[in-house]
Amino acid sequence: MTIKLMGQGVQRVEDQRLLRGQGAYTDDIDVGPGLLHAAVVRSPHAHARIVDIDLDAVLDVEGVHAVLTYDDLTGPMAEPLPLLIPHPALTHGRTQYALAKDEVNYVGEAVAFVVATDRYVAEDAVGKVKVTYDVLPAVVGIEAARAAEHLVHDDVPGNLGARLEQQTGGDAPAVVAAAPHRLSLDLDIERSACMPLEGRGTVARWEPALDRLQLWTSTQSSTGVRAAVAVKLGLDLGQVDVITPDVGGGFGVKINHPWPEELLVPYAARALGRPVKFVEDRREHFISSAHERGQVQHVEVGFDDDGRLLGLDVELWHDHGAYTPYGLIVPIITSTQLLGPYKPGAYRVVFHSLYTNTVIVTPYRGAGRPQGCYAMERTMDAIAQHLGKDRAEVRRVNLIQPDEFPYEHGLVFQDGRPLTYDSGDYPAMLDKIKALVDWDTFGERQRQAAAEGRRIGLGLACYVEGTGVGPYEGAHVHVETTGKVKVATGLTSQGQGHQTVFAQLVADELGCRFSDVEVVTGDTRRMPYAVGTFASRAAVMSGSAVHLAARRAKEKALRIAADALEASEDDLQIVDGVVSVKGAPEVSLDLGTISVLSNPLRYAFDEASKRATQFQVGDPGKPPVAEDDEPGLEGRDFYSPERATFASGMHAVIVETDPETAEIRILQYAVVHDCGTLINPMIVEGQIHGGVAQGVGGALYERMAYDSSGQLLNASFMDFLMPYVSEVPDGIDVDHLETPSPLNPLGIKGAGEAGVIPSAAVFAAAIEDAEGLREDGLAITAMPISPSELFELRLAHQNP
Amino acid sequence: MTVSAQTGETGEAVHDVRLRVNGVVHDLRVPARRLLSDALRHDLGLTGTHVGCEHGVCGACTVLVDGRSARACLMFAVAAVEVDITTVEGLTRPDGSLGPVQQAFSECHGLQCGFCTPGFLTTITAGLEENPDPTHEEARDMIGGNLCRCTGYQNIVAAVECAAVLRRGGSRGPGPGGPHASITEAGGPS
Ligand code: FES
Ligand code: FES
Repeated sequence: MTIKLMGQGVQRVEDQRLLRGQGAYTDDIDVGPGLLHAAVVRSPHAHARIVDIDLDAVLDVEGVHAVLTYDDLTGPMAEPLPLLIPHPALTHGRTQYALAKDEVNYVGEAVAFVVATDRYVAEDAVGKVKVTYDVLPAVVGIEAARAAEHLVHDDVPGNLGARLEQQTGGDAPAVVAAAPHRLSLDLDIERSACMPLEGRGTVARWEPALDRLQLWTSTQSSTGVRAAVAVKLGLDLGQVDVITPDVGGGFGVKINHPWPEELLVPYAARALGRPVKFVEDRREHFISSAHERGQVQHVEVGFDDDGRLLGLDVELWHDHGAYTPYGLIVPIITSTQLLGPYKPGAYRVVFHSLYTNTVIVTPYRGAGRPQGCYAMERTMDAIAQHLGKDRAEVRRVNLIQPDEFPYEHGLVFQDGRPLTYDSGDYPAMLDKIKALVDWDTFGERQRQAAAEGRRIGLGLACYVEGTGVGPYEGAHVHVETTGKVKVATGLTSQGQGHQTVFAQLVADELGCRFSDVEVVTGDTRRMPYAVGTFASRAAVMSGSAVHLAARRAKEKALRIAADALEASEDDLQIVDGVVSVKGAPEVSLDLGTISVLSNPLRYAFDEASKRATQFQVGDPGKPPVAEDDEPGLEGRDFYSPERATFASGMHAVIVETDPETAEIRILQYAVVHDCGTLINPMIVEGQIHGGVAQGVGGALYERMAYDSSGQLLNASFMDFLMPYVSEVPDGIDVDHLETPSPLNPLGIKGAGEAGVIPSAAVFAAAIEDAEGLREDGLAITAMPISPSELFELRLAHQNP
Repeated sequence: MTVSAQTGETGEAVHDVRLRVNGVVHDLRVPARRLLSDALRHDLGLTGTHVGCEHGVCGACTVLVDGRSARACLMFAVAAVEVDITTVEGLTRPDGSLGPVQQAFSECHGLQCGFCTPGFLTTITAGLEENPDPTHEEARDMIGGNLCRCTGYQNIVAAVECAAVLRRGGSRGPGPGGPHASITEAGGPS
């Protein structure tokens, strides 16, 4: 019997390629001779009117083939870029043009597009484009946006893109006012960014003979880019193929689309009749791709003597940057997922989504949840401190109980559906995380450390994550006559191991050998219907679709085999790619042969196909392909769930802070995680490790250092402090809980973003606990926190 | 690239250079400013060497120059003559199977997107040459100059330790097990 691969730490098939240097990332794609390279003239000002663009000096540069400015764009290309996710509350949505028209709104905005023989020459030419600007006052930071002394867009009063209010469970302000205990908190969290090691890149080839465009792009949504390119270039969808090759990390930034260059590259390729490539450099990634996180939060909370929430009234100010191509997804997620595993009592949340003259904000791993978790978990810590209670116990009294699922919050989630948790076991999870860090004895440990002059502290943070949002994903499973199984799903991969986990699912369901399965993702030629890879949805959505498609292929295989073997389908089994009669293994057919039989042929071209010619198979009295049937051994299916499935987790960290230097060291990091049934625990743990490392970066090191004129001062890996191995914990203790989701056939929930969600919250709590800075209210209210900021905080506490 | 004797298509002065990469000699003609990383990737088609920052910080472009790790984005192709360059493509064994560091990465799930990976593989190859039996701390130090945004480094450190065993002719415990599979030593140093 074959072992089920579901739940096994199967080694990744994609590694064989990647480890040999045979990966094919966008910049590696060989599109044939004549390739030209693009570079972009970007605004040096955060806010300015374009007075003049002088191209005289560029056109003389040898090797320059074309320079585009806004005036060269026509038709839909001259319109603003799409607003991907319109929302009725986004009353003042604005998007940029592919090339700036009249005005620029952040340092880095694309102004002109140069195409030349190579990137070196293209960059030389960029330096020769003379743009005259009339500089306007820049709006930088949430405070300036709220003050609205200056406007980012003249026609957006108060710099306010959207205001959205939701409430549930009663009149929150009134309940808070009447509560026996009340607290208010003002919190701040800074900007960071995804920073995949591979930036954005796009290559396009126009085929005049076929009247067709081929585009390779480093994206999280091939089908999205395809639709956008078709609309913008005035092409039929059928004329555009988008292929997502290997992608060197995404973490959210590559879900936004189309980027200006994703349109300008094919536009130029078609105009010049030569393939064109754009690959951004690291500085460009900092100043022209997307950021996330930046929020200011105000929390009013009312609670009882046990710390039970009675009312929670939250106001958020979200910095969405200069434009809103991705709508309100991030603040909507913050405002709904803030609730975590808790019952809030009466809850009201209002967010203000604000324009600033900075890089756009679109989802970064966690997508608004880290901010929400930070607000809620800081609140929990504040309640515990106020009541002098154990922080874990205060959380415990507020947890949704296992018998309360499905739990209906009475709010609308990011997908426009009710916020309903499907399953989970939060009290069990709390027990597990406490056990991992010896929670109950930590006080003693802390006292001992203090006796040695050391400061150690413990923090805890809990979250719930809506994963696997719709609308749908699909999959196609094709058994070839060789018995090889070719699988295609439309969403893209950025390192999650999809080629492995989807092959595990197909092998299990179809009954073929794992090594016979080959999975392709993100190629619109193979699967034109797809949404994309975001919101920890790939395993849930495509995983379910792949499973269903494999089931269809299996059903067909059994039907054909039953006919050929003159057996009942119920008596058949498929093991290692062979269909046989249970108890009579010699009566069998392999899947390859069944594939031959499934496709009646007129022409024979090899031994296998001879067996499928019309003289060999079928009842001469019937049509070769039955009326309700199709040729081929294939299965295609789509998975479209009613709503998202909710994963959950709890993190704890023990830190030590240096009494002199305020340096912050991680002594232990522990994670309990529930993403339902695990497909491949090795890959899930890898996702958690990566998320935790990004979380450490976000909590202790990473920030976007804008000056007041809107210049990003740290736009390089030298100055933006991404964690090396020396900054991440040495070992991460992970424990899993598997509460299957009732919403999909495999019981799975998403896992991709989990590791990063509680970081800001958990580190703030641990550092504060180490420092004992909490007598007069919460001390750490702004994250990330650096040693010098901690040092300042100490001074402030000494001299209030 | 089509070139005239002294100047390229763009009128730039070009130089004849001979690069020895993975034991193969390549003659090419490049402008003085052409980075070694670009020459490897785009002139020689060895796209396994990746570029993550082009300012010497991430280590994705690391290659071996006479066996020592070096950042190809900080070298000009014209300065890489008279040395032996090894790229990730050259770490595979002659029979096409994975070299010990590559094998260790596969067994320990030391990569996700794979973009940083070639730089880690070359760095660790040089590191283990210098220190074949690193302690845990030394294994962490060995990769201390390379950035990875996906893995959180846990399994890369495990891969360094596993690679050290594999280089000595050891093998890992049977079956899929990822980073937690046991490592068994077989025989002494090879
Ligand atoms: S690309 Fe050379 S160090 Fe980053
Ligand atoms: S595996 Fe993606 S950056 Fe390291």
